Parts: sequence; C-alpha cells; structure tokens
Amino acid sequence: MTNIPETGRTPRVQIRLIVIQILVLSLLGTLGGRLWYLQIREGAAYAKEASGNHVQQVVDPAMRGSILDARGVPLADNETRLVVSASRTDLLKQKDDGKAVLTKLAAVLGMAPAEVMMKVRLCDAKTPQPCWNGSPYQPIPITDEATPKQALQIRERAEDFPGISAEPQAVRRYPAPGKSNTAQVLGYLSPVTDDEIQQAQDTDSPYLRSDQVGRSGLERQYDKQLRGKAGVTRYEVDNLGRVIGEAEATPAEPGSNLVTSIDARVQRVAEYELNAAMKKARQQFDKITGTNYKADSGAVVVMEAKTGRVVAMASAPTYDPNVWVGGISAKDYARLTGKKSDYPLLNRAIQGQAAPGSTFKVVSTAAAVEAGYEFDGHYPCTSAYSVGGQVFNNFEGESFGPISLGRALEVSCDTVFYGLAHNEWKKDGGINPKKGEPKDYFYKAAHQFGLGKETGLDLPNEVTGRVPDRQWKESYWKANKDAWCRTGKKDGSYVEKIAYENCLEGNKMRAGDEINYSIGQGDTLVTPIQEAVIYGALANGGTMYHPTIGKAIVSADGKTVSEIKPRKQGRLPITKATLKGMDQALAGVVTRGTAAWKFTGWPQEQIPLHAKTGTAEVYGKQTTSWLATYTKDYTVIMTIAQAGTGSGASGEAVRNIYSAMYGVQADGTIDKKKALLPAPQAALPKIQADGSITSPKISKDPAKDALADEEAAQKATSQGTTAPDGTQPAATTGSTGTANRDTRRRQRRRGRGRGSRRACS
Amino acid sequence: MTGANSFSVSGYGPERAGWTRVFARDAMARRLDWPILLAAIALSFIGSLLVFSATRNRTEINQGDPYYFLIRHAMNTGIGLALMIGTIWLGHRTLRNAVPVLYGLSVLGILLVLTPLGSTVNGAHSWIVLGGGFSLQPSEFVKITIILGMAMLLSARVDAGDKPHPDHRTVLQALGLAAVPMLIVMLMPDLGSVMVMVIIVLGVLLASGASNRWIFGLLGAGALGAVAVWQLHILDDYQIARFAAFANPELDPAGVGYNTNQARIAIGSGGLTGAGLFHGSQTTGQFVPEQQTDFVFTVAGEELGFVGAGLIIVLLGVVLWRACRIARDSSDLYGTVVAAGIVAWFAFQSFENVGMTLGIMPVTGLPLPFVSYGGTSMFAVWVAVGLLQSIKVQRPLSA
Repeated sequence: MTNIPETGRTPRVQIRLIVIQILVLSLLGTLGGRLWYLQIREGAAYAKEASGNHVQQVVDPAMRGSILDARGVPLADNETRLVVSASRTDLLKQKDDGKAVLTKLAAVLGMAPAEVMMKVRLCDAKTPQPCWNGSPYQPIPITDEATPKQALQIRERAEDFPGISAEPQAVRRYPAPGKSNTAQVLGYLSPVTDDEIQQAQDTDSPYLRSDQVGRSGLERQYDKQLRGKAGVTRYEVDNLGRVIGEAEATPAEPGSNLVTSIDARVQRVAEYELNAAMKKARQQFDKITGTNYKADSGAVVVMEAKTGRVVAMASAPTYDPNVWVGGISAKDYARLTGKKSDYPLLNRAIQGQAAPGSTFKVVSTAAAVEAGYEFDGHYPCTSAYSVGGQVFNNFEGESFGPISLGRALEVSCDTVFYGLAHNEWKKDGGINPKKGEPKDYFYKAAHQFGLGKETGLDLPNEVTGRVPDRQWKESYWKANKDAWCRTGKKDGSYVEKIAYENCLEGNKMRAGDEINYSIGQGDTLVTPIQEAVIYGALANGGTMYHPTIGKAIVSADGKTVSEIKPRKQGRLPITKATLKGMDQALAGVVTRGTAAWKFTGWPQEQIPLHAKTGTAEVYGKQTTSWLATYTKDYTVIMTIAQAGTGSGASGEAVRNIYSAMYGVQADGTIDKKKALLPAPQAALPKIQADGSITSPKISKDPAKDALADEEAAQKATSQGTTAPDGTQPAATTGSTGTANRDTRRRQRRRGRGRGSRRACS
Repeated sequence: MTGANSFSVSGYGPERAGWTRVFARDAMARRLDWPILLAAIALSFIGSLLVFSATRNRTEINQGDPYYFLIRHAMNTGIGLALMIGTIWLGHRTLRNAVPVLYGLSVLGILLVLTPLGSTVNGAHSWIVLGGGFSLQPSEFVKITIILGMAMLLSARVDAGDKPHPDHRTVLQALGLAAVPMLIVMLMPDLGSVMVMVIIVLGVLLASGASNRWIFGLLGAGALGAVAVWQLHILDDYQIARFAAFANPELDPAGVGYNTNQARIAIGSGGLTGAGLFHGSQTTGQFVPEQQTDFVFTVAGEELGFVGAGLIIVLLGVVLWRACRIARDSSDLYGTVVAAGIVAWFAFQSFENVGMTLGIMPVTGLPLPFVSYGGTSMFAVWVAVGLLQSIKVQRPLSA
C-alpha cells in the first residue's frame, strides 16, 4: 500500500466530524444528567414508590392495653362484639351509591335508614357528626351491637349485601366497675385521621388506617403505650401479585396495660357524693338571686398527700364513655358538645377554674409571714375595713378583736388579710409603685404555691388558672382598654362605671385589687387540682408534687413493669413552724371553725382532719363553693359552681368520702372492715406469670354500701344544723351567711363614693 | 491489499520472534484500538451479569435453567469477538469490494422476514426463527451494509482524487441504496430500526462532505415525513400508543405507560449505589417487561445504582469517543465515512435505549449495544467494532 496523504478529508469534513463528536458527547451528557436526576435527586421518592410497588402488607392489629385501677380492677378494657361495617368503595360501585343496600341493612339492624346513611358519609367542614372521619378506604362500622342473628342474616345473604360485612372484633369497653364512671379521666377513642397518619408516618409509632386514637384523658395521654404495635407482615410480590418472599414480619405487640392510682370504689363514692351534693344544693334557696342554687357543675379530687397520686377524680356533669365505642350517634354527639349541652366532656377537676375564695387564705398567710408579720402576732379582726371611702366588710360584720394569723384562718377573718395586704400595697408604693421592683409578697407567694401554671398532671389539656399580678393586669388592660374606654361612662350604669374605672387605671394595681385578692376574690383563678397540690403539700410537710394518675405501665406479658414515680414540683414557701401553725389552724376549722357544723362527731383524735372553706364570687352568677381538706394521707378538694358556701354545699359530701375511705361510722367509731382505703395503696396489683393482672371483686355499688352509714351520718349532721347552739361554737356559715357574703362585694362596688350603705335589692 | 497479514511484518529491522513481535511498535496488537476493545468487552461482561439477574428467576422463559440466558449471552459475545477478528483480518477495504454481495444478501434477508418464514415479536415482524432457541434479525446487518455501501459510493471519487466532495449524483445513488432496505424494514414494521438507519444516513452524509443542501434537505424531508406518517395513520396503534405514553406517562399507568413508569421506578429506586446485584426488587418481581433486552439498563439502574449505570454510560462514551477519533484519523474518506456511520448508529441507539428507560425518549424496541441480550444485534455491533479496528490498523503509521 502506498502512503496516501491525508487529502481524504477537506476542512468541511473535519469540522463536521467535530460537530458529530460534540453532538455525541452532549447526548451522553444528557443521559448522565437525567440518570443523576432520577437516582440521586429523586431517588428517595422512587425508592418509596418501588417499595409500595412490590410489597403487600398484611396487618394484624394490636390489642389495646387496659386501664386498671390501683388494685387491678379494669376501668377500660376490650370485649369482642359483632361489628357490622360497610365498605365505602364497594358501595360507591353500586348504581345508587349503595342506598338500596344500606336501606335493606337498616331494616335488618332495626335502625332508621337515614341514620345508617349518615354514618357512612365522610366528615368535612360542613358535615356534622355523625360522619366518618377515618379513612374512606377503611370499612366504616355501622353498629357494634349486632346480635348473632342479625350477623347471620347478613352473612348468609352476602349477595344481597355487597360491601357489608359482619365480623367479631375487639372493641373498647368501659365497664364502670362498682358503678364508677371516671369518664373524663379515662377519655375516649376515635378513628385516626389522614392528617395524623401523615404526621406520625416517620415516627417510631406510625398509625395504621384502622387505628383508634385516644382523644382525651388517659386514653390520649398514654395512647402510645396503650396502643401497642400492630403486627405487620410484608410480603414481596411480583408484578402479578404473587408472593415471592416474606420481606419482614413483625408480630403484633399488644399494648401495655396502664395501672392507675384511681381506686374504683373511692371513685364511685366521690362521684356519688358530688352528684348528691349538687342535687341537694339545688334544693337550697339562694336569697341573693331569689332562686334555688343552680349547682350546674362541680368537681372533686381525692389525692394521696404524700405522693401526689390521684385516688379519685370526678367531674360533673358527666356522661357514659361507652357512647364513643363504635362511632357516636348524632344525638349523643350533640348532647356532649352542642351549644345547649352542659359540656360533660370537660374534666372540671383540671379544666374548670374559678376564684378560690377563702381557700386562698393559706397563700395569703404564707405571704404575710414572708413579708415579716409574726404568725402568732395580733391583728385586728374588725367588722369592716375601709380604704379611701371604700368599705370592705368582714363576713357578716363579725369581729373577733386582735387575733393571730392562725385564728384568722380558722374563723376566715377577711379584715385581717385586708389590713395586711393594704399595708403591703402601701409599702410597695401604692397606686404608683416605687421605682425598682415592688415586693408584691402576696403575688409572689401565689406563684410559689404553683398557681398560674399547670400542675403537670398526666392528663392532656390542663388549664393554668391565673394570678392577677401586675404583669397580667398590664397585658389584660392592653387587650381590653379600647373596649372599656368606648363603653365606659363616669355616671353610667354599674357596668359602665366599672369600664370607666378600668379604662382609666385598669393597668395599675389598685388598693382594692390587692385587698380583694388577699381573700381569693377578684380575678384570681385556680383549678381543683391546683388546690389539691397545695393542700396535699400542707398535709405532707410542704412538698408539692406533680399529681399523677398513671402508676405503672405493665407490658402485656407482664415482664416489663415501668413504674411512674411521684415527681416533686417544689416546696411551699413556708417554714416548718409556720406550717405547724397553719396545720393546727386548719384542724381548728374542722373542730371549731367554719366547717365545724358539718363535722360534728368526727373522730378527730384518730383521724385528724384539716379543712378550709371558700366561697368565691362570680359576677352575674351564684357563688362557687370550695372545700379543701386533708388528713395525713389524703387531700380531698370539692368545688361546686353556683352552689353557695363551701361547707354548706360540700361539707357532708366530703365527710362521706372520708368516712367511706376510713370506715368511719355514723356514731364516730371506726370500722376497719368497712374502710375502703384507710391507707394509700402502695403496692401494684399482682401480675400473673401470663401477664394478666388479678383484680379483686368489687361490690355492685360501693357508694350504696356506705349508704346505711351515710344515712345515719346525715341524720347526725341534720341534727347538728337544727340545733346549732352548742355544737357550733365558732363562726358558722349557713344560707343566710352566703347571702351576706355575696352582697358584700356588690355593695363595695356600689358603695364607692356613697359610703357603705347596704344596697341589697 | 489483502488484509492485516501484510502489516504484521515490519518493513525494517531484524525478524523478531515470540511475544515481542506482538508488542512491536508496528505490530497488530500495538495498533489495535485497545480502549474500544476493552470498553466493549466490559460492556458485554456487565451485560451478561444484568441479563443473568433479569432472567435467573424467570422460569417461563429460561426453560428452567437459570444460566440459560447468561450462557447464551456469553456465547453471543464470543461469536461477536470472533466476527470482529474476522472483520479485522479481512479489512474494511476488502469488504468494500464485497459490498454488492453483502448488500444483496442482507436485502434478501429482510425480504425473507416478510415471507411466512419471518416471525413477529412485540409487534415487529422482523425475525427469522432458526430453531433451537436461535433466531436472526436481518435488519441488524442491513445497518452495516448501508454504511459500507453508502461509504463506498460517496468516497469513491473523492479518494481517487477526482473531486473534493461527492457530487449530487453520487449522493442520490447513495440515498437510493439506503432507501430500498429502509422501505422494506418499514414494512415489517420495525420503526426503531428505520429511525436508526435514518440517523446513520445523516451521519454518513455529514462525514462524506456532501453539500449542506443535502443535509438540510434531508432534515426537512424527515420532518415532513414524520408529519405525513402521523397524519396518514401509517403507524400501527401500538406505535402511536407508545408515543402518547411517552408524552404523558400518567395516561395509562396499567397499560402502555406501565413500561416507562416501572422502568423509571426501577432506576430511580437504585439511588447512588443500587440495591446490589441480584437484589433489585423491581427486577426480581419482574415489574419491568423485556428487561433482559430493551430494558436491560433498568437492571443496572436498580441493582448497581448511579455508580454502575453511570459506568455503562461512561464505557459507551469511551467507545464513541474513540470511534470519533478513528473517523478523524482515517487515511481515506472511505474509512472516515464508515467510522462516522458507526458512531451515528451506536450513539443514537444508545441514546434511544437508555433515554427511553429514563423517560426522555419514546419507547421503541432497540437493544443497548453490547449490553442487551440478543444474538444478531450482538454480532452486528462486534462486526462494527471490527470495522473500526480495521480502519485504525490499516491507517499507515504517521512518520
């Protein structure tokens, strides 16, 4: 071959070859870029899609754990029921969207067709309950109370009921042992929503479509532990859905059981007594409003003083938690949440707040001692205290002369605290406080007593209450001054005058504010559980606990028991000596003070009882009654709205609760056999080798068992009321007392600038 | 000039014996284009793994032998290598002389497909089943004969020194030569192969130095033709469906869009390093159809990840880059045009194949060179590699 010079290619060809080369490389670059985009940038999304592609899940739902009382009695457990459910997807495939099938089904179940239709519609903003707020792809339960006969009818004629199934399922049950209700504490379940599934997707406890989720109370607080983990077997399938391997199998982990410190029997007694007290209050005449007391809501808390464990917590009005099981009906839902309802879902022990009335005086006493006043000093308990033309009366215009702070607690002398608070207010600089920090002993003490913040109880949505300190007044005034200044008139009606005053100086701490505050009236708000913490601390020597209801979480196999230990919140800002003095004074309330008329014949020697009564004024409503009590082991707080005085409304009820717990008989003797809980239940219920928890038998109605004793006790107390002289040595409160107490504040308002004329219309 | 033999002995220096001869500066082994050869072997090797992974569980097609496709792929590669050596030995210039015979044979082959002897696979009537699990796809060889034939015509007068560029008459003849087999393939119909041939014709014309008017004229005609094909409903329904699914993969995820969707999921789920060879769940679950042939790249994407799939693209890049160099360095226009034709062929077929699995090209039944399972296409690409090597080897040493 001869050497052929490279004349074969002209520049044109050379340029074109380079163009081809560039083109080829850019094509490959495009592929590389696209590959990077798919695999690196969008890789995660495709990986997810791929796993959804070839993995089929078979879900084995976990059995939800039980909620048990302190002795192992189930307060919430599961039972097998015949559940009839409808598949929306199957119904929508039918010509009439399944109307005919649902109508037929309604006939079999004995329900109204309209009701069945409502149950299968989906919830949205415009659709009220009943409706389905779970996943539309999940079978919607229509009833969980089908009889075996109904279930058979449906299953035997499956072709007549396309999309309908009737199968036994485990459903939640609230067995109400011993007639205890515990509704607001237990809470309730409802189907998981799409949003929740999304949110929980990447957490360690994702939801399943079929899950029920705790919505309030313990069911919500301990939802994660109670729920357990559903067993999931993931099968790898091929493009035709054939199983080609088992990717992953996690067995179902049944939810743990929650042992609480609630004692079902005491709970029942507390509920019964609260209800009875409210009923009784409604028969009492309120002279101020000229009608009977409304007694429209109330709460009672029984707490172990030395641990903060809640033994009973009742809220009235209440409801049957079983209405939630298997989907709630429209009527029930309206009754529970409608505008006309009395909001029975609220747990008033932690979500009801009111001014504390005289139960607040323990805080004021501590504040006074902190401010430098001797506990055993002498302070004038006059019949009235006047500040700049404004007259603050003592209760019923009583006067006791110079008395100690302890005695002031005992007889609930308002004017002693008026004087101290007013003094401190002046020391802090009066209406225009000195530069630098005003001392504000009375407000600081309230914060130190844990007011104005949650107690940290293990229940959701606890409210904080309120301490109306300078900071709060400033922010409240800022928020409202525009409205006040608009509506306020100097010489207008009562409301207009108040608005006028508030507009001018609502941001300032006025003498009247602090004076009023010192006896627990005015803008202060507390919850029953906050009171329980304070009085529990007084009982145990000064330690405030975060109250707890959960006591232990026991795994389903019983092998893991994680105890929920009592947690200290802090100490009361009181010295040992002062505490002792207050303790004695509060015992005096029971023996010769404001609560004595309800506790005649109480075995005070054996079971020293301490109490403080309170009657809080609520503008436009009847007074709220408070009764805060404690023994060495327990504290019992009862409050009833619009029910008059603390001792009058709750005295017997609280006494009966103690009687049932300690076995105190009508004649004041103690029958230990009848005592429900003479000492706190320290040990956990016995856990069997198989993980089941033994529960003792519980009588049909512990409240009724004690009834005989109660009746006798009632007799004794009514005797006491009918024969007040001799049995009630100290200041007594009765219905007349209430009336007076209530007018006092109104009178102050009206009396401003007009002297102290009683204007009770 | 009768091939490589005359070049194995140098014209100077003493006779060298043994292996030193193989590595002598002017020896055959030294003059081969090793990057292309190694890259092509690597691609075939990776291909065999991917084909194995895609077929080892598919008892309905592998006759119960998990190694059925692996062995065949290896055999095909071996035969391909032999064909390459044969091609080098003959030399591309010898084959130029044989063009009339080759052209005639290949056209006869595709005509045979149209007779009852041919079989239909996936809508394309382009196969001749030989029995024993072997079948031939003559349109693959047509690609080679078109390249050789056109190159022969276009370069004849330029290489003879008569003209700087092929004249219009020559170009027309060359186009006519290509048009005949293309029409026949279109009748099969094997649209994918026709598209490859169109690109080959364009590449060949470009490299031959034909007038710009021809290039733009052809591009315009191609566009018009595409519109005409669309308007006159020449395409089969399945072909239209593929294009529609390309434009909108969500259109019919269970039907035509299924392939592209599943392919994209398979590749996307691979991530950086992939699920590991034989561990791709999309592959094991057979979610991607035709995975050992047209969609073989998805196995790489899923099981080897960006690293492995990227390596395939890089290896293809090596082959194409070297082929471009060979085209530019060829001693005559004939070699340049042949190499350019092969570049156009490989480049388009790779881009189309990988592009369709990545969702940036419509689905057509084209194999990925070296990697996809398939005898005829494997033979054809190795013959093409032989041609490239021959062009490289027969180029006189500079200086």
